[in-house]
Amino acid sequence: MSSIITIENLSKKYIIKHQKQERYTALRDVLGNRIKRSFGKLLAPNTNYGNPEHEEFWALDDISFDVRQGDRIGIIGRNGAGKSTLLKILSRITEPTLGKVLIKGRVASLLEVGTGFHPELTGRENIYLNGAILGMSKIEIKRNFDEIVAFAEVEKFLDTPVKRYSSGMYVRLAFSVAAHLEPEILIVDEVLAVGDAQFQKKCLGKMESSGKDGRTVIFVSHNMGTINALCNKCILMHEGKVMGYDQTSNIIAQYNGVADKHATINITSKMRNRGDGSISFETCSLFNEQRKPKTSFYIGESIRVEFTLRSKFEGEMSFWLIIFDASGVALLSSHQRDITLTKIKNGKYRLVYKPKNFGLMPGNYTITAGAFDPKLNFLEWVDKCQSFEVYSTFPNGAPFDGRWGAINQVADWKMEVLG
Amino acid sequence: MTTNQKTLIIEGGKAERHYWLDLWRYRELFFFLAWRDLLVRYKQTAIGVIWALIRPLLTMLIFTFVFSKLAKLPSDGVPYPILVFAALLPWQFFSNAFSEAGNSLISNSSMISKVYFPRLIIPIGSVIVSFVDFLISGLILVVIMVWYDFYPDWRIFTLPLFILIAFASAIGAGLWMAALNVKYRDFRYIIPFIVQFGLYVSPVGFSSSIVPDQWRLIYSINPMVGVIDGFRWAILGGDTLLYWPGFLLSIILVLFILITGVIYFRKTEKTFADII
Repeated sequence: MSSIITIENLSKKYIIKHQKQERYTALRDVLGNRIKRSFGKLLAPNTNYGNPEHEEFWALDDISFDVRQGDRIGIIGRNGAGKSTLLKILSRITEPTLGKVLIKGRVASLLEVGTGFHPELTGRENIYLNGAILGMSKIEIKRNFDEIVAFAEVEKFLDTPVKRYSSGMYVRLAFSVAAHLEPEILIVDEVLAVGDAQFQKKCLGKMESSGKDGRTVIFVSHNMGTINALCNKCILMHEGKVMGYDQTSNIIAQYNGVADKHATINITSKMRNRGDGSISFETCSLFNEQRKPKTSFYIGESIRVEFTLRSKFEGEMSFWLIIFDASGVALLSSHQRDITLTKIKNGKYRLVYKPKNFGLMPGNYTITAGAFDPKLNFLEWVDKCQSFEVYSTFPNGAPFDGRWGAINQVADWKMEVLG
Repeated sequence: MTTNQKTLIIEGGKAERHYWLDLWRYRELFFFLAWRDLLVRYKQTAIGVIWALIRPLLTMLIFTFVFSKLAKLPSDGVPYPILVFAALLPWQFFSNAFSEAGNSLISNSSMISKVYFPRLIIPIGSVIVSFVDFLISGLILVVIMVWYDFYPDWRIFTLPLFILIAFASAIGAGLWMAALNVKYRDFRYIIPFIVQFGLYVSPVGFSSSIVPDQWRLIYSINPMVGVIDGFRWAILGGDTLLYWPGFLLSIILVLFILITGVIYFRKTEKTFADII
């Protein structure tokens, strides 16, 4: 077996723009800044007009590794580790800044389900269009057409515009087209997170069998269960670097270890939103039930949040805590004053927050917390002082089943026989 | 499975070698995208094809009324509607293709950031879509010419050549706009302005023979002057004269815009996915 992908010293630099309200560059801003700067030089020729608005950011930093033919490689790492950038370079969407990649064979990449799908077009038309976009030839699509339709289970709706499809049908059709690609190398970003559990299983099966045919698969996911099931090897990325490349189980263990190093965070004044300084949080730590430092949890696993804080306040007060999801929606609040107020004096304290039932669904979350005096004036308020992840896995190892809701509530279910 | 294929090398700034080969390899995608745009276009508007007919027809009627009846401009001995329509065809093709191509990358941004293909496919595809409209409105010209009992001579066979020039100018200008539009989003406000302004400085509603002789060469700096004059020369036949120095100047400018357009597009293409 020979290596099918060789990556040598690959690096990718992005320029981040600060002090920008708009997402896009506008010519008027460019011209405006240029005029400002040249006038500035005229007036004060010795001032250094470096570019304070631009900052370099290495999304990938000197990466090298080999992939052998037939390997199914999982890529894991926290958000911003460079996983997506790597996939984008491998699929030639963007160019590397330095280094090179050698690829032997045809690459198909699936970074998004249904790229190029047009809502006005029918299922049939979209199969052809999407197939062509993913790099299939017309003959290939024709040959696989019936299989694609059968796999997606949309036979009856082939001539209906996809805008009338249910979201489930839409995803099934889109994934089905991609699943029938026949490249030597298949690159897949986190796309299996959509669709119902049964269909996810079907897709995984399809990808697994393609791996057994000698096809090479590169797969990014946050779902350790999926990675474990699908990949024989894994790469762990952290801040643009490869931290490990080994058997899947070893890498997943390493990943959990790395992530848990961030279980305690020092709170900086940047996070402070309000508060008169009479109470200030200093650190925020996350633990599991056994009080082991953790930043990732299984669905329904108990979580324990601890703050260390310094107080200059004397008297009664109460704490509060909010959890936000990745899109910034506040999912839950907890207020100490519902139950009791705390008497506090000048000094250093540890605050422990331990919810009774913590049933967050898989995803990334952030914690915002603070303190009130009895008149609800803010004594402290820190935004996003800690973040954590809930795996798409239950504590017993079962994968997430796609159930609805933001919170998985544990309740007493009782049935009483009435006759 | 054997992998005796050629090795693909991905390296910063080295994509050039494969590019034109890839463009050929992705020709099917090119047709699929053009087909999609046409399909969507004629599905979305209830009156579909008729829209492509009504617009030039109404424009022609208004121009004929304003320039012939009100301004009493000369028509070089041909029915004024035909004079106008022979110019309206290339102008509408150019202006549609130019604005569609200019906005094409932005409206396909999700594809650009998720899939690889030679990006040239997108703006050129939208020029093709405008060309289909051009062919449809060409039918109107045929009807009008039959109506006026006006038949072209041998010069009509040179028309494909002028269509080619119209293509070159639309693609050239469209590529410039498309690439600039990705980088500087305010160019989308400039496109309609150029189209509107261009209509007045191009000889669409009148014959360019009314431009004083000493100004004609300067007038031909507008590349559409050469294209439109060429169309009139080929379609109207008879006494219509082609002002050669101006025509050649226009052609040179069209080629210049096309070549620099391709070069600029290729140069900025690599960063599209990063900034779109």
